[in-house]
Amino acid sequence: MQTAEQTLDEILNLAAVHFKVPREKLSPDDDFFKTLEVDSLQTLDLLTKLENHFRVELPDYELQGVSDFRTLAGKIQARL
Amino acid sequence: MHEEKAIATLAGTCGGSALSWTLADGVIELALHRAPCNELGSESLEEFERFVTALARMEAEAHALIIYSEMKPGFCAGADLRELYQRSQGMEKAAAGKSVRDFLERIHRVLNLIDASSLTTIAAVHGVTFGGGLELALACDLIVADKMARFCFPELRLGLIPGFGGIPRLKRDVGNAVVRDLLLTGRSFNANKAQQIGLVSQVAGEGEALRAARATAAQLKKFDRATAAAAKRFIKPIPHEELRREIDLFCELFARPAVEAGLRKFVESTDAQPYLP
Repeated sequence: MQTAEQTLDEILNLAAVHFKVPREKLSPDDDFFKTLEVDSLQTLDLLTKLENHFRVELPDYELQGVSDFRTLAGKIQARL
Repeated sequence: MHEEKAIATLAGTCGGSALSWTLADGVIELALHRAPCNELGSESLEEFERFVTALARMEAEAHALIIYSEMKPGFCAGADLRELYQRSQGMEKAAAGKSVRDFLERIHRVLNLIDASSLTTIAAVHGVTFGGGLELALACDLIVADKMARFCFPELRLGLIPGFGGIPRLKRDVGNAVVRDLLLTGRSFNANKAQQIGLVSQVAGEGEALRAARATAAQLKKFDRATAAAAKRFIKPIPHEELRREIDLFCELFARPAVEAGLRKFVESTDAQPYLP
């Protein structure tokens, strides 16, 4: 099974592509709502991409209050 | 109406600002294009009513109907909650209740006609397919989903249940446990999950749902129409009794103060995640 750090790294790579920002501009503790000015629809798209990529099911109510990549990675890691 | 039929027969476009339709090679394509995400309000309903009137006239010349969205965020985000809230604010309680019931009766009539159409009907969905949007897709025979599509019944957070026929139609297609999951948790499913549970018949690549739906519609042309229509009538009964009870229950719940508070919260929300349950 992959490590939590690997999961986090993959999420940051996916987010960089999804939001069209340079990977080096994203850090694990970024508040993506503020840093990337993400709206709810983009959040849903990212959730779908993450579910498809990691082949997990992540109920969206678990994302309530999640705003940084590290916490998001923890939620996904718990379902791998 | 004769003019509508003539235009459609010539593969022209009919419709209005919320939706439009064409008929070409036996396939009717109904495009939804009301910003931001095809929210279903009174304007959309009027155009849907015009569409189902035209549909009855076009059926003899067609074998398939495809419903899709031209809006980037998704297929349809459901009922126009802002309109619902604002309309109810300007009315006495009893009048607001009657207005809601009238709206539901009308949209049920539209969806029942699409559900019972003799054509084979396909919803080609992408992105947000929530609430009334999912209910519209459920009225179709097949759902072809872009892999980025998400499905959800978020009504409980407003103190309501789906009111456009969603529960009886979902129950017709999938197991009761799935209905309870979608309904009682309000969580959204992605397209792969929706296919696993039997809600979606095909998952297409990103941006490919309409192409896949068109390929399916082309296949349907090979079959005898009367046989296909008979098969559909045999396998897809319309749950009229449960649909009636759903309207009654929705109206009963709508009269509670919690609903007004839930709608107000939604309308006034500055939450970054209004689409998340």
